[in-house]
Amino acid sequence: MILDGKCPTGPIEQTWDKHRFDLKLVNPANKRKYNVIVVGTGLAGGAAAASLGELGYNVQAFCYQDSPRRAHSIAAQGGINAAKNYPNDGDSIYRLFYDTIKGGDFRAREADVWRLAQVSNNIIDQCVAQGIPFARDYAGYLDNRSFGGAQVSRTFYARGQTGQQLLLGAYSALSRQIKAGTVTMYNRREMLDLVVVDGVARGITVRNLVTGALESYAADAVCLCTGGYVNVFYLSTNAMGCSVTANWKAHKKGALFANPCYTQIHPTCIPQAGDYQSKLTLMSESLRNDGRCWAPKKKGDTRPPNQIPEEERDYYLERKYPSFGNLAPRDIASRAAKEQCDEGRGVGPGGRGVYLDFAASINRLGEDTIRERYGNLFEMYEKITDENAYKSPMRIYPAPHYSMGGLWVDYNLMSNVPGLFVLGEANFSVHGANRLGASALMQGLADGYFVIPYTIGGYLATIKPGQVKEDHAEFKKSTEDVNKNTEKFLSINGKRTVTDFMRELGTMMWENCGMARTKESLEANIKKIPALREEFWKNVKVTGSGADLNQQLENAGRTADFLEFAELLCRDALHRNESCGGHFRSEYQYDDGEAKRDDVNFCYVGAWEFKGVGAEPELHKEPLKFDNVHLAVRSYK
Amino acid sequence: MSDHKTMTLTLIVWRQKNASDPGKFETYTARDITEHHSFLEMLDCVNEDLIHDGKEPIVFDHDCREGICGMCSQVINGAPHGGQERTTVCQLHMRKFKDGDTIYIEPWRARAFPIIKDLIVDRSALDTVIQAGGYTSCHTGGVADGNAILIPKPVADEAMDAAECIGCGACVAGCPNGAAMLFTGAKVSQLALLPQGKAEAAARVTAMTKAMAECGFGNCTNHYECQAACPKGINVKFIARMNREFLKAQFA
Repeated sequence: MILDGKCPTGPIEQTWDKHRFDLKLVNPANKRKYNVIVVGTGLAGGAAAASLGELGYNVQAFCYQDSPRRAHSIAAQGGINAAKNYPNDGDSIYRLFYDTIKGGDFRAREADVWRLAQVSNNIIDQCVAQGIPFARDYAGYLDNRSFGGAQVSRTFYARGQTGQQLLLGAYSALSRQIKAGTVTMYNRREMLDLVVVDGVARGITVRNLVTGALESYAADAVCLCTGGYVNVFYLSTNAMGCSVTANWKAHKKGALFANPCYTQIHPTCIPQAGDYQSKLTLMSESLRNDGRCWAPKKKGDTRPPNQIPEEERDYYLERKYPSFGNLAPRDIASRAAKEQCDEGRGVGPGGRGVYLDFAASINRLGEDTIRERYGNLFEMYEKITDENAYKSPMRIYPAPHYSMGGLWVDYNLMSNVPGLFVLGEANFSVHGANRLGASALMQGLADGYFVIPYTIGGYLATIKPGQVKEDHAEFKKSTEDVNKNTEKFLSINGKRTVTDFMRELGTMMWENCGMARTKESLEANIKKIPALREEFWKNVKVTGSGADLNQQLENAGRTADFLEFAELLCRDALHRNESCGGHFRSEYQYDDGEAKRDDVNFCYVGAWEFKGVGAEPELHKEPLKFDNVHLAVRSYK
Repeated sequence: MSDHKTMTLTLIVWRQKNASDPGKFETYTARDITEHHSFLEMLDCVNEDLIHDGKEPIVFDHDCREGICGMCSQVINGAPHGGQERTTVCQLHMRKFKDGDTIYIEPWRARAFPIIKDLIVDRSALDTVIQAGGYTSCHTGGVADGNAILIPKPVADEAMDAAECIGCGACVAGCPNGAAMLFTGAKVSQLALLPQGKAEAAARVTAMTKAMAECGFGNCTNHYECQAACPKGINVKFIARMNREFLKAQFA
């Protein structure tokens, strides 16, 4: 299979404009004849459904929550990047492009990243027009702050709730279209299958989570905007409902899964407290603007932090990366924290934590300023840990946070299955092997507001609308398959709960395929996962019925998919004999512990083709070319 | 952390099969709960026990478990979200309870929020209110530069105070009249404060208040229970602002 990213050629500055001009258009009067399905209504999906509705397409949007306003994009706290250069500190589209390519450890496509940087400015304008109350200065201008991986202040924010405000912006635009009748919204529906007819995506099968009924929806194109898969680690910063299910079902129907091993472990999370725990909570990366990371110099130092004198503290990020300091990118900061703990200098229960200390900033700026900037995060920290971070430093530890991998898409955001588009975190496209802070919101909205409205037209203009309806045999078959699965879950009546299996899988993934991986640990997982999967199908206990609201059944389906997907993730990590970004293979590192990339052998996107459950998948490679940013060792020193 | 003592609690939980079922309270025991469990993690533990016993677990809405998505919705001992100031149920921790406590758990109760099952209610009426006008009518693209319209910091800050609403519906559940005035007032105020939203302010407040009434929400009679229940601390002054906007709209 030849993977054609369909990247425009020529000077990078002109690629998107030229491509946009070359795309075919759909006559405004014809747009309403086309049906488009949007699955997921977070930043990417909400923005896409609203924008496509505005254009005049007939949109059907789906989310598993009770309202599109609940998508997990809402929890992204810190901010959104744009290359506006309002602070006059030397930012430009080129610099945002450069930082993102470098931040991703040279494993993303140049053209896609250029486009992201270019449209970033439109996103801010769009959101301001929607009435999003971004932070302003006293003159009334938009305010900015810095985030990891950048030396300019390009991050726009709305207190510590930027994701919430941007999502509510997209939700309000979507609500306007629902009212206008261009978008039909289906809440509390979970996509359980992609319907493919003669190799083309034609619709989806969903479960109505209230009634249990399976429903078929046909369309001329399907957009998956279903977020990421790091809940494969069980404990993550993602919402409980985030799953790989939609992506995995599409993968099983032929869509290639690209770079699944690129998972981001976020350095600034509240450490785990106990076995019963259901999730990990992220403290925004923006805290590292004013918080200093340190660990005691002495191993096993159990003194309270305020009794450890200055000279016995190791401000390890400032020491190791003097030019970026506490704003080193996430993968670097995560590994540095793990290193401290592995050497026995971690703090808190089990020694799995480092300090994030605001004392210096509070002395310099006063507690009020810190409260103004991060008050809600300090409150959240206190609720969870019962500790006051104004008085003593926060304890933080890395946690699974974001998936850079996802379904393979070309420059038009279309997967290798014609008619299937993938947006936002669900695709693999712009973050390479590591994502910089404040760029997830940027990508979601870029894809939804400013990419898909153009590129989907290029596809729809080439096809006749309404070729396949819900009465097609493939829809019937898809429904039967989903039904069979449901019946199977309910009939096993074993001894272990779904959560029990998910916890075991997650532990296995975190230990053997987490912040650091080795050939041995990955091979162990590839052996153990099929066994766990087999046990799951024999010994899981799901109570209740399929014709009812049944949360155990929902979780069983998601867990079954994670049990298959986890193996692919490990296989991808095993084949990539290099370290890059969020993928750290312990065998491949420099003497000082920095990741050792292998551009000669691995400068490509690894896209996997499904060959059956338990069968070895087939790897396809899309070579990456770097004409504008030269491949170089990534340094933040 | 396994070095601390555990609690045993008695839970009296509302169980209701579906919208037409009359529903009833049932009693369960929560065992081996630590002070670090969140309230929902405590319920997770109870549910695991129920599943092992072959019984149907208690269903409840939840998702982000970070206090932001607004999905969780339980009335605990008579107070929406459990009555801890500025806290959603998912951020309520068991250190606020003590060994041997009896805890009553119920769903949101309001005419506009029919019960779907157990602790899950249908809050789509809140979406309907937003759909009536909770937006600025700007199309994607073709808008002005973000700095083209200056917004003084105090105005942006006040709009942000209003925008913090997470749409959980606790204000409705806490209100003796089942009013959604705090929710609607917050959105109306956010947009009316900002220059971008001013153009449609009169039409917006008229449409949104009409939608509220049609959805079956009651009216405000100044109990301030909404503000007490709100996990984000939205101030009742936004109800007053909505009332002013509404009056202004009548004379426009």
